Amino acid sequence: MISRIEQDHSRFREIIRGKIRQNLRKYISRGDMVAPKGQGTVAIPMPQINIPRFVHGDNSGQGVGQGDGEPGDPVGGTGKDGQGGAGKAGEQEGGKALEVEVTLEELAQIMGEELGLPNIQPKGTHSLETRKDRYVGLRNSGPESLRNFKATYKRALRRQVAMGSYDPARPVIVPIREDRRYRSWRTDPRPQTNAVIIYMMDVSGSMGDEQKEIVRIESFWIDTWLRSQYKGLESRYIIHDATARVVEREVFFRTRESGGTMISSAYKLCAELIDAEFSPEQWNIYAFHFSDGDNWSVDDTATCIQLVKHQLLPKCNQFGYGQVESPYGSGQFIKDLRSAFAKNIALVTSEIKSKDDIMDSIREFLKGGR
Amino acid sequence: MSRSLYSPSGQLPPALRELQDEIKSYADEFGLDTFPVVFETIDYRHMCEIAAYGGFPVRYPHWRFGMEYDHMLKSHTYGLSKIYELVINTNPCYAYLLEGNSFVDQKLVMAHVYGHCDFFKNNYFFSHTDRRMIDGMANNAARVRRYMDRQGVSNVETFVDTCLSVDNLIDPWLPFRRKETRRAPEPAAAPAAEGDPESSGPEPGRLHNTRSYLEGYINPPEFIAAQRAKKKQADEAQKRKNPPHPERDVLGFLMQYAPLEAWEADVLGIIREEAYYFLPQMQTKIMNEGWATYWHSRIMTTRALRDDELIDYADAASGVTAMGPGQLNPYKLGVELYRHIEDRWNTGRFGKEYDECTSLSQRAAWDKKLGLGRQKLYEVRRMHNDVTFLDEFFTEDFCREQKFFTYKENRRTGRLEIEGREFSKIKQQILQQLSNFGQPFIYVVDANYLNRSELLLGHRHEGIDLKMDYARDTLRNVERIWRRPVSILTVLDDKPKRIRFDGAEISMSDEPAAFRV
Repeated sequence: MISRIEQDHSRFREIIRGKIRQNLRKYISRGDMVAPKGQGTVAIPMPQINIPRFVHGDNSGQGVGQGDGEPGDPVGGTGKDGQGGAGKAGEQEGGKALEVEVTLEELAQIMGEELGLPNIQPKGTHSLETRKDRYVGLRNSGPESLRNFKATYKRALRRQVAMGSYDPARPVIVPIREDRRYRSWRTDPRPQTNAVIIYMMDVSGSMGDEQKEIVRIESFWIDTWLRSQYKGLESRYIIHDATARVVEREVFFRTRESGGTMISSAYKLCAELIDAEFSPEQWNIYAFHFSDGDNWSVDDTATCIQLVKHQLLPKCNQFGYGQVESPYGSGQFIKDLRSAFAKNIALVTSEIKSKDDIMDSIREFLKGGR
Repeated sequence: MSRSLYSPSGQLPPALRELQDEIKSYADEFGLDTFPVVFETIDYRHMCEIAAYGGFPVRYPHWRFGMEYDHMLKSHTYGLSKIYELVINTNPCYAYLLEGNSFVDQKLVMAHVYGHCDFFKNNYFFSHTDRRMIDGMANNAARVRRYMDRQGVSNVETFVDTCLSVDNLIDPWLPFRRKETRRAPEPAAAPAAEGDPESSGPEPGRLHNTRSYLEGYINPPEFIAAQRAKKKQADEAQKRKNPPHPERDVLGFLMQYAPLEAWEADVLGIIREEAYYFLPQMQTKIMNEGWATYWHSRIMTTRALRDDELIDYADAASGVTAMGPGQLNPYKLGVELYRHIEDRWNTGRFGKEYDECTSLSQRAAWDKKLGLGRQKLYEVRRMHNDVTFLDEFFTEDFCREQKFFTYKENRRTGRLEIEGREFSKIKQQILQQLSNFGQPFIYVVDANYLNRSELLLGHRHEGIDLKMDYARDTLRNVERIWRRPVSILTVLDDKPKRIRFDGAEISMSDEPAAFRV
């Protein structure tokens, strides 16, 4: 039987999940959740989970304390955060944080439910396997380095007691060959599906901080969702203006360059990266490209379309193109892509006008379940 | 001893059982008068569970217990806080020890528990509580579960949420007034209305007149008659008014007069019953914890402590009475105040003679060798609650010795800074914090407001405004119980206001005067 508190606790979690779902759009479009605290959890501010009562409002920061000090000395702490005192005194209300911690996995699940995202059917499942050794038991022979002292001692003790050679006054235990026990292991094969996301971003002069913020949030959520679908998820980041290069995650989101835009440079690099590191037979490859849709020339756009058609689409599970609206961009590129690949479901395009569109855009990208 | 609630064996480990006998003998020796105490050791998960349920093994299902549990379990796991002990006010008195605590800690906790238990049994404010509340809570839980089966879990849960919103609106003096109130309104209202108006006091509107021949001019008969009719009308209106006087037991009033279904009224009643059960613990937080701390310290330092346990004991005990900056620790405040009282009554530092003595050296050396300290302590623990306790015994000497200060937020820096050490200010601040446990005073004023059977509540403003977002949501919940528009009179930024919820939206209007009782 589940204990009563477990029922109440799971009811509480359910309510929290419900609240998160209700406000998912708000949470998703907020940037500060993107930097998760610690190990895979995010803290979500949760107003109004308290039961409302008639209570006094702010008592304008007054109170009584005890101890040394002159008038004007700081008491410590600012008005509202009551520090939990040591020991039993810690049960005062004040310090109760209104933040709930949710694991990213749970969040991804909630997002999946809310957006109605299908689970992804991975390809190349069985082609990739890893092995892992685990110590599971004991055996009679093995290398001395794996000798289990405790088990050996017990066997020896038992044998000596049984043989009557055990003397409680002088409890010396001498193990012989047959007493020795060694740790034994088993090798478990673990099927694993590998996936890689390659993010590409246009960092030309026309992409402002606001546009990058949108890209940052959106790629975080895509990352979170795919991570919940694949065990080992790799990410690669490519930035480009007129030339492209592979960069670290931090650089990807921070860089601000200026200059022209040659989208083909990024696509070319992406194709090279895939060829060099991620063979399509073994990897589920996702490529996302964010830009403001302003390409340098019609010729370059034609090159891009060729690259996507012959290089990228055959290798990727999905190729996503997100166009962030910016005051400078012409936004022509998305139209070109759409007219060139109208029927290909592996290529998804989405227009993101503002932060509020992020959720719809994510749905757009991920609803295919590829 | 009674049945066990948790431990499968139902028995304490032998070492702890011996320890219990030992501590019990010390408690008896000091004259503590307790219910039988049943100790059980439980692991920390269990401890958090029981603590979340307010000390009881069975409560009705509700998510807030899960929330409490989540919170406590987390802060325990992260090492932020630790629940040493839990004791509930029942007969026999159940107390839980945390498994894996050191032997010294268990010793301290046992001594502490005997202090609490003595307090539960003897303090006047606990005298009306149900000592078989374990069964009471379990019965309540069974009833709520049954309603959930019939009405649907979420229906009942939503209604419980609604009721909890007003569970602080109870009258702390009601348990002690029940018999009185049944009698009081009758004689007060009945003879005044029925009796001869001539005989009962001065007539309304009649002016004082010593010259009988001027009577017809000074008090014209038709005017007097009109006044009489007016008063009668007002009296009738007053008599018809429900409640006749502002009523603090809002929960009880709703239970009686709100158009609730049978199960809803029962759920409301359960919430009210439990709120009244927990009330004395809020009324006597400082006294209760102080008393238990006083006794664990007394028992440990004079009897139970062994030499090699001293450091561990000192460590644990100082943690209990530690004072965070800008906080009042009820354990610390309580125990110091008890010790101060004991000292005063031992040396005779009370009464007119001492109060009027102005010589500092004489006061410092004052000792009449009365030895009444212990006796006084027992008297205090029987008669007082936190407010009267501090009002009576928080003296200027004590305030100075214990280095109390008031603090205030510095508006420029946003820091809290020490404001001063003025005795009257400190005492006023403490008493204000304690009165009505820091909750606002809310009354039912009129159940037929505007003659439209709307409910009018009144907030007796004591200098602090209501938290507005909470107040609005609470008003919504009251409306769900009352099922007609609900208003509350309050004061906001020094202006009297009336907030009204009509089932669709919240509105606010100015009032001519603030609500007073």
